[in-house]
Amino acid sequence: MLSRRNPQLNSHGELIHLLSIEGLPQAVLNQILDTAGSFLSVNDREVKKVPLLRGKSVFNLFFENSTRTRTTFEIAAKRLSADVINLDIARSSAAKGESLLDTIANLSAMHADMFVVRHSESGAPYLIAQHCAPHVHVVNAGDGRHAHPTQGLLDMYTIRHYKRDFTKLTVAIVGDIVHSRVARSDIHALTTLGVPEIRAVGPKTLVPSDIREMGVRVCHDMKEGISGADVIIMLRLQNERMSGAMLPSAGEFFKNYGLTPEKLALAKPDAIVMHPGPINRGVEIDSAVADGTHSVILPQVTFGIAVRMAVMSIIAGNNA
Amino acid sequence: MSTLHLDAEALYADLLAGVRTLMKPGSVLVGIWSGGAWLAERLQRDLKVAGEHGVISSALHRDDFNSRGMTAAADHTKLPFEVEGSHIVLVDDVLYTGRTIRATLNELYDFGRPASVSLAVLVDRGGRELPIHAAVSAARITLPSEQRLSLARDATGRFSFDIKGPN
Repeated sequence: MLSRRNPQLNSHGELIHLLSIEGLPQAVLNQILDTAGSFLSVNDREVKKVPLLRGKSVFNLFFENSTRTRTTFEIAAKRLSADVINLDIARSSAAKGESLLDTIANLSAMHADMFVVRHSESGAPYLIAQHCAPHVHVVNAGDGRHAHPTQGLLDMYTIRHYKRDFTKLTVAIVGDIVHSRVARSDIHALTTLGVPEIRAVGPKTLVPSDIREMGVRVCHDMKEGISGADVIIMLRLQNERMSGAMLPSAGEFFKNYGLTPEKLALAKPDAIVMHPGPINRGVEIDSAVADGTHSVILPQVTFGIAVRMAVMSIIAGNNA
Repeated sequence: MSTLHLDAEALYADLLAGVRTLMKPGSVLVGIWSGGAWLAERLQRDLKVAGEHGVISSALHRDDFNSRGMTAAADHTKLPFEVEGSHIVLVDDVLYTGRTIRATLNELYDFGRPASVSLAVLVDRGGRELPIHAAVSAARITLPSEQRLSLARDATGRFSFDIKGPN
């Protein structure tokens, strides 16, 4: 059964589900990053597949749309030789009124071995992990405003790839932090990996002051926020999650918080610019920066596949 | 401590002589991570083979993945030559059940179809569970199944054997 301490770990402290980065020990994060490193080279082989999940069925359950994340999970599972079943749940059973747990019970009866879950409700993957059979593993592919752990991990992989040592870095996370599960996952991961300075940068409406409790420095001034930064993580302005007047206008936001070459010049000369995608050019990031030499946005996508392969292979190899 | 005495350096001299007989023009040395990779590195030097030796890991093809999970995470295969059509001399420290060799052959085939693969090991400890045979083995010994035998390398590059488990 699930451990009461952390439902993601078995009694030996091994990862059996990936639900959130919060509470995961540094050793587990490093194991995932190291394993991802060995999967990156699989793409260079004549046979771009390894047999670790051969005979296993991975169900992609996307209760909320996301082409990119679903596709990278699908590629990752296929490179591990799993059978992948994509379910557009939002348009099928849930729309007919079936409850989440009934959906899971039905899919379990189809002999699923792993669920990759995206849901607009925070905590949905936890609920599934608590109710599925002991041999079934759950990966959170983004739940509400709560967590997006594989994005957080691929961000850490990217930072480690370019910067090597986490313990001397200044990392600025810029933009719509209040709606961002990516920001939350990044902050937990950066903290666990020993980053001394994490800044949350954005207007008061999008950077809540209680985020200080996570150990970050809040900056409402963009120039202060990115000056001297080694890593800048730009977030997408999530118009679809905004209700009411949180922002004057996208143009106003770009003027104050959009990353332009002039603002980027305040960061360290070798700073890297990251973005979880999809990017809104001219809203949170200038094209000259998105396509510039500091940008590592496309390598993030490539690393994301290796990181998802690592997560799936690690949890599939550990028993509850 | 075990009373079994294995002089790894003396055995290496025998392995070197044996591998010399296996090498054809254009043959490449591939060591199985980690002990076999050390051996291949030194063999490459002592046999004056041009280029760089290969390193191969069985981690992604292991048959005990479901019970042991992902083990050696950070080691990866590096084959700095064309596998397709080449004569490969695979080197490992200890040959036991043969399962590592089976997994390694699958890993090798992910990079291409070699013309031939032969196996050279420092120690063959018997106990095979698969039909796998070494063309060269510097020593043949028997050990209780609960004992683990592996190669160690000190800072100067000298080899010794590490035996773990009850006598």
